[in-house]
Amino acid sequence: MWTFFHKLGSPPWLYAIAGVVLRWLLPITLIALVGGMIWGVLFTAPDFRQGNSYRIIYVHVPAAVVALAGYYVMAIAGAVSLIWRIKMADVVMKAAAPVGAALAFIALFTGAVWGKPTWGTWWVWDARITSMLILLFLYLGVIALYEAFDNKEAAGKACAVLSLVGMVNIPIIYKSVDWWYSLHQPASIKFTGESTIDPSMLYPLLLMIAAFYALFTCCLLMNMRAELLQRESRTQWVKKIAAKEGKR
Amino acid sequence: MYFDSFQALLTMNGHGIYVWPAYLVTIVVITALLIAPMRRRSRVLRQLAGELKRAQSASDSGAKGER
Amino acid sequence: MSAPHTGQFCVLLLRRQLLLAMRRPIDIANPLLFFTMVIVLFPLGLGPAPDKLASFAPGVLWITALLSNLLTSDAVFRSDFDDGSLEQLILAPQPLFLSALAYISAHWLTTGLLLALLSPVFALMLNLPGSALITLVVSLLLGTAVLSLLGGIGAALTVGLKRGGMLISLLILPLYMPVLIFGSAAVQAAVTGAPSGPYLAILGAMLSLAIALAPLAIAAGLRISIDA
Repeated sequence: MWTFFHKLGSPPWLYAIAGVVLRWLLPITLIALVGGMIWGVLFTAPDFRQGNSYRIIYVHVPAAVVALAGYYVMAIAGAVSLIWRIKMADVVMKAAAPVGAALAFIALFTGAVWGKPTWGTWWVWDARITSMLILLFLYLGVIALYEAFDNKEAAGKACAVLSLVGMVNIPIIYKSVDWWYSLHQPASIKFTGESTIDPSMLYPLLLMIAAFYALFTCCLLMNMRAELLQRESRTQWVKKIAAKEGKR
Repeated sequence: MYFDSFQALLTMNGHGIYVWPAYLVTIVVITALLIAPMRRRSRVLRQLAGELKRAQSASDSGAKGER
Repeated sequence: MSAPHTGQFCVLLLRRQLLLAMRRPIDIANPLLFFTMVIVLFPLGLGPAPDKLASFAPGVLWITALLSNLLTSDAVFRSDFDDGSLEQLILAPQPLFLSALAYISAHWLTTGLLLALLSPVFALMLNLPGSALITLVVSLLLGTAVLSLLGGIGAALTVGLKRGGMLISLLILPLYMPVLIFGSAAVQAAVTGAPSGPYLAILGAMLSLAIALAPLAIAAGLRISIDA
Protein backbone atom coordinates (compact mmCIF):
# COMPACT_ATOMS: atom_id res chain seq x y z
CA MET A 1 0.00 0.00 0.00
CA TRP A 2 2.59 2.53 1.05
CA THR A 3 4.92 1.63 -1.78
CA PHE A 4 2.08 2.44 -4.16
CA PHE A 5 1.82 5.94 -2.70
CA HIS A 6 5.56 6.36 -2.86
CA LYS A 7 5.49 5.37 -6.51
CA LEU A 8 2.72 7.90 -7.14
CA GLY A 9 5.12 10.54 -5.93
CA SER A 10 7.79 9.50 -8.40
CA PRO A 11 7.62 11.50 -11.66
CA PRO A 12 9.14 8.94 -14.09
CA TRP A 13 6.85 6.20 -12.81
CA LEU A 14 3.82 8.48 -13.06
CA TYR A 15 4.85 9.56 -16.55
CA ALA A 16 5.22 5.96 -17.71
CA ILE A 17 2.02 4.67 -16.12
CA ALA A 18 0.04 7.63 -17.50
CA GLY A 19 1.39 6.71 -20.93
CA VAL A 20 0.24 3.11 -20.55
CA VAL A 21 -3.21 4.15 -19.36
CA LEU A 22 -3.55 6.65 -22.18
CA ARG A 23 -2.66 4.08 -24.81
CA TRP A 24 -5.83 2.19 -23.86
CA LEU A 25 -8.08 4.91 -22.54
CA LEU A 26 -7.66 7.43 -25.35
CA PRO A 27 -8.97 5.18 -28.16
CA ILE A 28 -11.80 3.91 -25.96
CA THR A 29 -12.73 7.50 -25.09
CA LEU A 30 -12.77 8.60 -28.69
CA ILE A 31 -14.86 5.61 -29.76
CA ALA A 32 -17.31 6.22 -26.90
CA LEU A 33 -17.57 9.93 -27.69
CA VAL A 34 -18.15 9.42 -31.40
CA GLY A 35 -20.45 6.45 -30.80
CA GLY A 36 -22.47 8.26 -28.16
CA MET A 37 -22.86 11.34 -30.36
CA ILE A 38 -23.99 9.28 -33.34
CA TRP A 39 -26.38 7.29 -31.15
CA GLY A 40 -27.82 10.44 -29.64
CA VAL A 41 -28.15 12.41 -32.86
CA LEU A 42 -29.18 9.71 -35.29
CA PHE A 43 -30.82 6.85 -33.45
CA THR A 44 -33.04 8.30 -30.77
CA ALA A 45 -36.58 9.54 -31.16
CA PRO A 46 -37.15 13.26 -30.62
CA ASP A 47 -38.60 14.48 -27.35
CA PHE A 48 -42.34 14.95 -27.70
CA ARG A 49 -42.26 18.41 -26.18
CA GLN A 50 -38.93 19.84 -27.28
CA GLY A 51 -38.58 18.08 -30.61
CA ASN A 52 -35.13 17.58 -32.01
CA SER A 53 -33.46 20.36 -30.06
CA TYR A 54 -33.29 18.10 -27.02
CA ARG A 55 -30.45 16.21 -28.75
CA ILE A 56 -28.14 18.87 -27.33
CA ILE A 57 -28.63 17.13 -23.98
CA TYR A 58 -26.06 14.53 -25.02
CA VAL A 59 -23.25 17.06 -24.87
CA HIS A 60 -24.74 19.62 -22.50
CA VAL A 61 -25.45 17.46 -19.47
CA PRO A 62 -22.22 15.39 -19.57
CA ALA A 63 -20.11 18.56 -19.92
CA ALA A 64 -21.91 20.17 -16.98
CA VAL A 65 -21.62 17.07 -14.78
CA VAL A 66 -17.93 16.56 -15.46
CA ALA A 67 -17.12 20.28 -15.17
CA LEU A 68 -18.48 20.22 -11.63
CA ALA A 69 -16.76 16.93 -10.77
CA GLY A 70 -13.54 18.33 -12.22
CA TYR A 71 -13.57 21.17 -9.71
CA TYR A 72 -13.68 18.63 -6.90
CA VAL A 73 -10.80 16.69 -8.47
CA MET A 74 -8.82 19.92 -8.64
CA ALA A 75 -9.66 20.97 -5.08
CA ILE A 76 -8.93 17.54 -3.59
CA ALA A 77 -5.62 17.40 -5.44
CA GLY A 78 -4.91 20.86 -4.06
CA ALA A 79 -5.68 19.66 -0.53
CA VAL A 80 -3.41 16.64 -0.96
CA SER A 81 -0.57 18.82 -2.18
CA LEU A 82 -1.05 21.27 0.70
CA ILE A 83 -1.39 18.71 3.48
CA TRP A 84 1.01 15.93 2.46
CA ARG A 85 3.27 18.08 0.27
CA ILE A 86 3.04 15.59 -2.59
CA LYS A 87 4.27 17.50 -5.62
CA MET A 88 2.44 15.26 -8.04
CA ALA A 89 -0.88 16.38 -6.57
CA ASP A 90 0.15 19.88 -7.56
CA VAL A 91 0.64 18.63 -11.12
CA VAL A 92 -2.85 17.08 -11.09
CA MET A 93 -4.36 20.34 -9.88
CA LYS A 94 -2.60 22.41 -12.51
CA ALA A 95 -3.65 19.93 -15.22
CA ALA A 96 -7.31 19.83 -14.17
CA ALA A 97 -8.04 23.57 -14.27
CA PRO A 98 -8.03 24.25 -18.04
CA VAL A 99 -9.93 21.03 -18.80
CA GLY A 100 -12.65 21.89 -16.30
CA ALA A 101 -12.90 25.44 -17.60
CA ALA A 102 -13.28 24.18 -21.18
CA LEU A 103 -16.02 21.75 -20.14
CA ALA A 104 -17.85 24.49 -18.25
CA PHE A 105 -17.64 26.59 -21.39
CA ILE A 106 -19.10 23.74 -23.48
CA ALA A 107 -21.95 23.36 -20.99
CA LEU A 108 -22.69 27.10 -21.11
CA PHE A 109 -22.51 27.39 -24.87
CA THR A 110 -24.68 24.36 -25.57
CA GLY A 111 -27.07 25.50 -22.85
CA ALA A 112 -27.44 28.89 -24.50
CA VAL A 113 -27.98 27.35 -27.92
CA TRP A 114 -30.51 24.93 -26.43
CA GLY A 115 -32.29 27.83 -24.76
CA LYS A 116 -33.13 29.53 -28.03
CA PRO A 117 -35.58 26.92 -29.39
CA THR A 118 -36.78 25.89 -25.92
CA TRP A 119 -37.32 29.20 -24.16
CA GLY A 120 -37.09 31.61 -27.09
CA THR A 121 -34.01 33.46 -25.83
CA TRP A 122 -30.30 32.73 -25.95
CA TRP A 123 -29.78 33.33 -22.28
CA VAL A 124 -32.06 32.67 -19.36
CA TRP A 125 -30.94 33.39 -15.82
CA ASP A 126 -31.85 29.86 -14.94
CA ALA A 127 -30.47 28.43 -11.72
CA ARG A 128 -28.33 25.77 -13.36
CA ILE A 129 -26.95 27.99 -16.11
CA THR A 130 -26.13 30.72 -13.61
CA SER A 131 -24.32 28.33 -11.29
CA MET A 132 -22.40 26.92 -14.25
CA LEU A 133 -21.33 30.46 -15.14
CA ILE A 134 -20.12 31.01 -11.58
CA LEU A 135 -18.26 27.69 -11.77
CA LEU A 136 -16.53 28.92 -14.93
CA PHE A 137 -15.52 32.09 -13.06
CA LEU A 138 -14.11 29.97 -10.23
CA TYR A 139 -12.02 27.99 -12.73
CA LEU A 140 -10.83 31.17 -14.45
CA GLY A 141 -9.89 32.61 -11.05
CA VAL A 142 -7.67 29.61 -10.30
CA ILE A 143 -6.04 29.79 -13.74
CA ALA A 144 -5.48 33.55 -13.48
CA LEU A 145 -4.02 33.24 -9.99
CA TYR A 146 -1.59 30.55 -11.18
CA GLU A 147 -0.45 32.69 -14.09
CA ALA A 148 0.00 35.77 -11.89
CA PHE A 149 2.69 34.20 -9.72
CA ASP A 150 6.28 34.13 -11.00
CA ASN A 151 7.24 31.54 -8.41
CA LYS A 152 5.41 28.43 -9.63
CA GLU A 153 5.71 26.56 -6.34
CA ALA A 154 3.93 29.38 -4.52
CA ALA A 155 1.45 29.56 -7.40
CA GLY A 156 0.52 25.92 -6.86
CA LYS A 157 -0.03 26.42 -3.14
CA ALA A 158 -2.05 29.60 -3.63
CA CYS A 159 -4.25 27.87 -6.19
CA ALA A 160 -4.70 24.94 -3.80
CA VAL A 161 -5.98 27.30 -1.09
CA LEU A 162 -8.23 29.09 -3.54
CA SER A 163 -9.71 25.90 -4.95
CA LEU A 164 -10.37 24.60 -1.44
CA VAL A 165 -12.17 27.82 -0.58
CA GLY A 166 -14.12 27.38 -3.81
CA MET A 167 -14.98 23.80 -2.92
CA VAL A 168 -16.47 24.86 0.41
CA ASN A 169 -18.39 27.58 -1.40
CA ILE A 170 -19.75 25.60 -4.35
CA PRO A 171 -22.58 23.92 -2.42
CA ILE A 172 -23.48 27.26 -0.85
CA ILE A 173 -23.42 28.99 -4.24
CA TYR A 174 -25.50 26.22 -5.85
CA LYS A 175 -28.06 26.22 -3.06
CA SER A 176 -28.40 29.98 -2.96
CA VAL A 177 -28.63 30.36 -6.73
CA ASP A 178 -31.22 27.60 -6.77
CA TRP A 179 -33.20 29.33 -4.08
CA TRP A 180 -32.79 32.73 -5.74
CA TYR A 181 -34.17 31.29 -8.95
CA SER A 182 -37.18 29.74 -7.26
CA LEU A 183 -37.92 33.16 -5.79
CA HIS A 184 -37.79 34.99 -9.10
CA GLN A 185 -38.88 32.25 -11.47
CA PRO A 186 -40.71 33.86 -14.37
CA ALA A 187 -44.08 32.25 -15.00
CA SER A 188 -43.62 32.04 -18.77
CA ILE A 189 -40.84 29.47 -18.58
CA LYS A 190 -41.88 25.90 -18.11
CA PHE A 191 -39.60 23.02 -17.37
CA THR A 192 -39.69 19.51 -18.59
CA GLY A 193 -38.88 17.30 -15.66
CA GLU A 194 -35.70 15.38 -16.18
CA SER A 195 -36.77 12.49 -14.00
CA THR A 196 -39.26 11.36 -16.64
CA ILE A 197 -36.60 10.66 -19.25
CA ASP A 198 -37.27 7.65 -21.44
CA PRO A 199 -34.78 4.74 -21.26
CA SER A 200 -34.13 4.97 -25.00
CA MET A 201 -32.91 8.52 -24.36
CA LEU A 202 -31.23 7.69 -21.07
CA TYR A 203 -28.77 5.04 -22.28
CA PRO A 204 -26.97 7.22 -24.82
CA LEU A 205 -26.90 9.96 -22.19
CA LEU A 206 -25.25 7.63 -19.68
CA LEU A 207 -22.75 6.56 -22.34
CA MET A 208 -21.92 10.20 -23.05
CA ILE A 209 -21.50 10.98 -19.35
CA ALA A 210 -19.08 8.07 -19.04
CA ALA A 211 -17.30 9.21 -22.20
CA PHE A 212 -16.89 12.74 -20.83
CA TYR A 213 -15.48 11.39 -17.58
CA ALA A 214 -13.01 9.35 -19.63
CA LEU A 215 -12.23 12.42 -21.72
CA PHE A 216 -11.52 14.42 -18.58
CA THR A 217 -9.21 11.66 -17.36
CA CYS A 218 -7.39 11.53 -20.71
CA CYS A 219 -6.90 15.30 -20.87
CA LEU A 220 -5.79 15.30 -17.24
CA LEU A 221 -3.19 12.60 -17.86
CA MET A 222 -1.94 14.22 -21.06
CA ASN A 223 -1.61 17.62 -19.40
CA MET A 224 0.17 15.96 -16.51
CA ARG A 225 2.67 14.27 -18.81
CA ALA A 226 3.49 17.54 -20.56
CA GLU A 227 3.74 19.35 -17.22
CA LEU A 228 5.99 16.64 -15.76
CA LEU A 229 8.39 16.85 -18.70
CA GLN A 230 8.62 20.60 -18.34
CA ARG A 231 9.09 20.58 -14.57
CA GLU A 232 11.62 17.77 -14.56
CA SER A 233 13.47 18.92 -17.67
CA ARG A 234 16.80 18.97 -15.82
CA THR A 235 16.61 15.34 -14.73
CA GLN A 236 18.15 12.29 -16.34
CA TRP A 237 14.94 10.41 -17.15
CA VAL A 238 13.50 13.33 -19.10
CA LYS A 239 16.74 13.76 -21.02
CA LYS A 240 16.59 10.10 -21.95
CA ILE A 241 13.06 10.51 -23.29
CA ALA A 242 14.02 13.69 -25.11
CA ALA A 243 16.99 12.00 -26.79
CA LYS A 244 14.71 9.19 -27.95
CA GLU A 245 11.57 11.07 -28.97
CA GLY A 246 12.64 14.65 -29.59
CA LYS A 247 14.36 14.07 -32.92
CA ARG A 248 11.19 14.11 -35.00
CA MET B 1 -31.85 5.51 -37.85
CA TYR B 2 -34.53 7.99 -36.91
CA PHE B 3 -34.25 10.38 -39.85
CA ASP B 4 -35.60 9.44 -43.30
CA SER B 5 -33.22 11.46 -45.43
CA PHE B 6 -29.99 13.37 -45.15
CA GLN B 7 -31.98 16.56 -45.65
CA ALA B 8 -34.16 15.75 -42.64
CA LEU B 9 -31.08 15.02 -40.57
CA LEU B 10 -29.59 18.36 -41.49
CA THR B 11 -32.64 20.49 -40.76
CA MET B 12 -34.17 18.44 -37.90
CA ASN B 13 -37.52 20.17 -38.38
CA GLY B 14 -35.92 23.56 -37.98
CA HIS B 15 -33.87 22.63 -34.94
CA GLY B 16 -30.81 21.67 -36.97
CA ILE B 17 -29.42 25.20 -36.81
CA TYR B 18 -29.29 24.83 -33.02
CA VAL B 19 -28.21 21.21 -32.68
CA TRP B 20 -25.40 21.23 -35.22
CA PRO B 21 -23.54 24.34 -33.96
CA ALA B 22 -23.78 22.99 -30.42
CA TYR B 23 -22.15 19.74 -31.49
CA LEU B 24 -19.64 21.52 -33.71
CA VAL B 25 -18.42 23.78 -30.91
CA THR B 26 -18.25 20.82 -28.54
CA ILE B 27 -16.14 18.84 -31.00
CA VAL B 28 -13.86 21.81 -31.67
CA VAL B 29 -13.29 22.40 -27.94
CA ILE B 30 -12.67 18.70 -27.28
CA THR B 31 -10.20 18.53 -30.16
CA ALA B 32 -8.38 21.57 -28.82
CA LEU B 33 -8.32 20.00 -25.36
CA LEU B 34 -6.73 16.85 -26.75
CA ILE B 35 -4.27 18.51 -29.12
CA ALA B 36 -2.95 21.23 -26.79
CA PRO B 37 -1.13 18.85 -24.37
CA MET B 38 0.20 16.75 -27.26
CA ARG B 39 1.72 19.81 -28.89
CA ARG B 40 3.07 21.07 -25.60
CA ARG B 41 4.69 17.72 -24.88
CA SER B 42 6.36 17.45 -28.27
CA ARG B 43 7.51 21.07 -28.05
CA VAL B 44 9.15 20.45 -24.67
CA LEU B 45 10.79 17.29 -25.97
CA ARG B 46 12.04 19.00 -29.14
CA GLN B 47 13.46 21.87 -27.12
CA LEU B 48 15.20 19.49 -24.74
CA ALA B 49 16.59 17.38 -27.57
CA GLY B 50 18.00 20.51 -29.19
CA GLU B 51 19.56 21.59 -25.93
CA LEU B 52 21.07 18.15 -25.43
CA LYS B 53 22.51 18.14 -28.95
CA ARG B 54 24.05 21.56 -28.51
CA ALA B 55 25.50 20.60 -25.13
CA GLN B 56 26.91 17.45 -26.71
CA SER B 57 28.53 19.20 -29.66
CA ALA B 58 29.86 21.94 -27.37
CA SER B 59 31.50 19.38 -25.11
CA ASP B 60 32.82 17.48 -28.16
CA SER B 61 34.43 20.52 -29.76
CA GLY B 62 35.67 21.64 -26.36
CA ALA B 63 37.34 18.27 -25.90
CA LYS B 64 38.96 18.47 -29.33
CA GLY B 65 40.15 22.07 -28.98
CA GLU B 66 41.65 22.14 -25.53
CA ARG B 67 42.73 18.74 -24.45
CA MET C 1 8.93 42.36 28.84
CA SER C 2 6.83 39.24 28.81
CA ALA C 3 5.06 38.09 25.67
CA PRO C 4 1.39 39.09 25.66
CA HIS C 5 -1.36 36.53 26.03
CA THR C 6 -2.96 35.51 22.71
CA GLY C 7 -6.24 37.31 23.31
CA GLN C 8 -4.41 40.39 24.51
CA PHE C 9 -2.21 40.22 21.45
CA CYS C 10 -5.19 40.24 19.11
CA VAL C 11 -6.76 43.18 20.90
CA LEU C 12 -3.47 45.06 20.64
CA LEU C 13 -3.26 44.21 16.95
CA LEU C 14 -6.83 45.37 16.40
CA ARG C 15 -6.08 48.62 18.22
CA ARG C 16 -2.99 49.15 16.12
CA GLN C 17 -4.91 48.62 12.88
CA LEU C 18 -7.67 50.98 13.97
CA LEU C 19 -5.13 53.58 15.05
CA LEU C 20 -3.40 53.34 11.69
CA ALA C 21 -6.73 53.77 9.95
CA MET C 22 -7.65 56.78 12.11
CA ARG C 23 -4.43 58.50 11.15
CA ARG C 24 -5.45 58.38 7.50
CA PRO C 25 -9.10 59.45 7.61
CA ILE C 26 -9.22 59.79 3.83
CA ASP C 27 -8.80 56.03 3.55
CA ILE C 28 -11.87 55.56 5.71
CA ALA C 29 -13.80 58.18 3.77
CA ASN C 30 -12.88 56.83 0.33
CA PRO C 31 -15.13 53.77 0.26
CA LEU C 32 -18.00 55.78 1.69
CA LEU C 33 -17.52 58.43 -0.97
CA PHE C 34 -17.35 55.71 -3.59
CA PHE C 35 -20.60 54.28 -2.23
CA THR C 36 -22.24 57.71 -2.49
CA MET C 37 -21.01 58.35 -6.00
CA VAL C 38 -22.18 55.01 -7.35
CA ILE C 39 -25.57 55.45 -5.70
CA VAL C 40 -25.81 58.79 -7.53
CA LEU C 41 -25.01 57.05 -10.81
CA PHE C 42 -28.09 54.83 -10.65
CA PRO C 43 -30.80 57.53 -10.81
CA LEU C 44 -28.79 59.14 -13.60
CA GLY C 45 -28.67 55.88 -15.51
CA LEU C 46 -32.12 54.50 -14.69
CA GLY C 47 -34.08 57.75 -14.64
CA PRO C 48 -35.44 59.55 -11.56
CA ALA C 49 -38.88 57.88 -11.42
CA PRO C 50 -39.33 57.21 -7.68
CA ASP C 51 -41.21 53.91 -7.95
CA LYS C 52 -38.70 52.45 -10.38
CA LEU C 53 -35.81 53.48 -8.12
CA ALA C 54 -37.57 51.99 -5.13
CA SER C 55 -37.94 48.64 -6.84
CA PHE C 56 -34.24 48.59 -7.72
CA ALA C 57 -33.07 50.02 -4.40
CA PRO C 58 -32.37 46.77 -2.47
CA GLY C 59 -30.20 45.39 -5.27
CA VAL C 60 -28.52 48.72 -5.97
CA LEU C 61 -27.62 49.35 -2.33
CA TRP C 62 -26.29 45.83 -1.90
CA ILE C 63 -24.25 45.77 -5.11
CA THR C 64 -22.75 49.13 -4.30
CA ALA C 65 -21.84 48.05 -0.79
CA LEU C 66 -20.28 44.91 -2.23
CA LEU C 67 -18.19 46.85 -4.72
CA SER C 68 -16.90 49.36 -2.21
CA ASN C 69 -15.98 46.47 0.07
CA LEU C 70 -14.19 44.78 -2.82
CA LEU C 71 -12.18 47.89 -3.62
CA THR C 72 -10.91 48.28 -0.07
CA SER C 73 -10.14 44.62 0.61
CA ASP C 74 -7.08 44.76 -1.64
CA ALA C 75 -5.36 47.08 0.86
CA VAL C 76 -5.94 45.07 4.06
CA PHE C 77 -2.50 43.50 4.17
CA ARG C 78 -0.72 45.59 1.54
CA SER C 79 1.15 48.17 3.64
CA ASP C 80 2.14 45.65 6.30
CA PHE C 81 3.43 43.33 3.60
CA ASP C 82 5.47 46.11 2.02
CA ASP C 83 7.15 47.23 5.25
CA GLY C 84 7.80 43.68 6.46
CA SER C 85 5.69 43.72 9.61
CA LEU C 86 3.61 40.85 8.20
CA GLU C 87 6.71 38.71 8.24
CA GLN C 88 7.17 39.51 11.92
CA LEU C 89 3.57 38.54 12.53
CA ILE C 90 4.12 35.11 10.98
CA LEU C 91 7.12 34.55 13.22
CA ALA C 92 5.15 35.56 16.32
CA PRO C 93 4.16 32.72 18.69
CA GLN C 94 0.49 33.66 18.50
CA PRO C 95 -1.57 31.68 15.96
CA LEU C 96 -1.69 33.48 12.66
CA PHE C 97 -5.38 32.91 12.02
CA LEU C 98 -6.32 34.87 15.13
CA SER C 99 -4.09 37.72 14.06
CA ALA C 100 -5.70 37.56 10.62
CA LEU C 101 -9.09 37.79 12.30
CA ALA C 102 -7.92 40.96 14.05
CA TYR C 103 -6.92 42.49 10.71
CA ILE C 104 -10.27 41.60 9.19
CA SER C 105 -12.18 42.96 12.19
CA ALA C 106 -10.36 46.25 11.83
CA HIS C 107 -11.19 46.30 8.12
CA TRP C 108 -14.84 45.64 8.80
CA LEU C 109 -15.03 48.27 11.56
CA THR C 110 -13.63 50.91 9.23
CA THR C 111 -15.64 49.98 6.12
CA GLY C 112 -18.63 47.64 6.52
CA LEU C 113 -19.82 49.00 9.85
CA LEU C 114 -19.71 52.64 8.77
CA LEU C 115 -21.28 51.76 5.45
CA ALA C 116 -24.15 49.92 7.13
CA LEU C 117 -24.74 52.78 9.55
CA LEU C 118 -24.76 55.33 6.72
CA SER C 119 -26.86 53.25 4.33
CA PRO C 120 -30.31 54.51 5.52
CA VAL C 121 -29.45 57.97 4.19
CA PHE C 122 -28.81 56.59 0.72
CA ALA C 123 -31.75 54.22 0.98
CA LEU C 124 -34.04 57.19 1.52
CA MET C 125 -32.45 58.95 -1.44
CA LEU C 126 -33.37 55.92 -3.54
CA ASN C 127 -36.88 56.02 -2.17
CA LEU C 128 -36.65 52.73 -0.26
CA PRO C 129 -39.67 52.40 2.07
CA GLY C 130 -38.87 53.33 5.67
CA SER C 131 -40.05 49.96 6.96
CA ALA C 132 -37.12 48.23 5.25
CA LEU C 133 -34.42 50.46 6.75
CA ILE C 134 -33.73 48.37 9.84
CA THR C 135 -33.51 45.19 7.77
CA LEU C 136 -31.15 46.95 5.38
CA VAL C 137 -28.83 48.00 8.19
CA VAL C 138 -28.86 44.58 9.86
CA SER C 139 -28.35 42.71 6.58
CA LEU C 140 -25.45 45.00 5.68
CA LEU C 141 -23.92 44.59 9.14
CA LEU C 142 -23.97 40.81 8.82
CA GLY C 143 -23.24 40.66 5.10
CA THR C 144 -20.32 43.08 4.93
CA ALA C 145 -18.62 41.10 7.69
CA VAL C 146 -18.81 38.01 5.49
CA LEU C 147 -17.57 40.07 2.54
CA SER C 148 -14.62 41.36 4.57
CA LEU C 149 -13.67 37.82 5.57
CA LEU C 150 -13.91 36.50 2.00
CA GLY C 151 -12.12 39.56 0.66
CA GLY C 152 -9.35 38.89 3.16
CA ILE C 153 -8.74 35.51 1.50
CA GLY C 154 -8.28 37.17 -1.87
CA ALA C 155 -6.13 39.89 -0.34
CA ALA C 156 -3.90 37.35 1.41
CA LEU C 157 -3.41 35.34 -1.77
CA THR C 158 -2.58 38.34 -3.96
CA VAL C 159 -0.70 40.56 -1.52
CA GLY C 160 2.68 39.53 -2.91
CA LEU C 161 1.71 40.22 -6.51
CA LYS C 162 2.41 43.52 -8.20
CA ARG C 163 -0.80 43.55 -10.19
CA GLY C 164 -3.24 42.18 -7.64
CA GLY C 165 -6.01 44.76 -8.01
CA MET C 166 -7.92 43.30 -10.93
CA LEU C 167 -7.11 39.72 -10.04
CA ILE C 168 -8.66 39.95 -6.58
CA SER C 169 -12.06 40.78 -8.06
CA LEU C 170 -11.91 37.71 -10.30
CA LEU C 171 -10.99 35.55 -7.32
CA ILE C 172 -13.56 36.65 -4.79
CA LEU C 173 -16.56 38.02 -6.68
CA PRO C 174 -17.91 34.49 -7.31
CA LEU C 175 -17.67 33.88 -3.57
CA TYR C 176 -19.61 37.10 -2.85
CA MET C 177 -22.64 35.99 -4.83
CA PRO C 178 -24.52 34.03 -2.12
CA VAL C 179 -24.17 36.97 0.25
CA LEU C 180 -25.56 39.32 -2.39
CA ILE C 181 -28.48 36.98 -3.07
CA PHE C 182 -29.57 36.70 0.55
CA GLY C 183 -28.70 40.28 1.49
CA SER C 184 -30.80 41.86 -1.22
CA ALA C 185 -33.52 39.24 -0.72
CA ALA C 186 -33.78 40.22 2.94
CA VAL C 187 -34.30 43.87 2.04
CA GLN C 188 -36.70 42.93 -0.73
CA ALA C 189 -38.72 40.85 1.72
CA ALA C 190 -38.87 43.74 4.16
CA VAL C 191 -40.09 46.05 1.38
CA THR C 192 -42.96 43.72 0.49
CA GLY C 193 -43.83 43.19 4.13
CA ALA C 194 -42.73 39.57 4.30
CA PRO C 195 -40.71 38.48 7.33
CA SER C 196 -37.01 39.07 6.68
CA GLY C 197 -35.85 37.07 9.70
CA PRO C 198 -35.06 33.85 7.78
CA TYR C 199 -32.80 35.67 5.32
CA LEU C 200 -30.98 37.43 8.12
CA ALA C 201 -30.60 34.07 9.86
CA ILE C 202 -29.01 32.61 6.72
CA LEU C 203 -26.66 35.61 6.52
CA GLY C 204 -25.81 34.97 10.16
CA ALA C 205 -25.12 31.32 9.38
CA MET C 206 -22.83 32.37 6.52
CA LEU C 207 -21.05 34.73 8.89
CA SER C 208 -20.52 31.97 11.45
CA LEU C 209 -19.11 29.66 8.79
CA ALA C 210 -16.91 32.42 7.39
CA ILE C 211 -15.56 33.35 10.83
CA ALA C 212 -14.71 29.72 11.46
CA LEU C 213 -13.04 28.92 8.13
CA ALA C 214 -11.89 32.11 6.40
CA PRO C 215 -9.15 33.01 8.95
CA LEU C 216 -7.55 29.60 8.29
CA ALA C 217 -7.51 30.25 4.54
CA ILE C 218 -6.22 33.80 5.12
CA ALA C 219 -3.41 32.50 7.33
CA ALA C 220 -2.46 29.89 4.70
CA GLY C 221 -2.58 32.54 1.99
CA LEU C 222 -0.39 34.93 3.96
CA ARG C 223 2.21 32.21 4.57
CA ILE C 224 2.32 31.41 0.84
CA SER C 225 2.58 35.07 -0.14
CA ILE C 226 5.39 35.71 2.32
CA ASP C 227 7.31 32.63 1.17
CA ALA C 228 7.00 33.52 -2.51
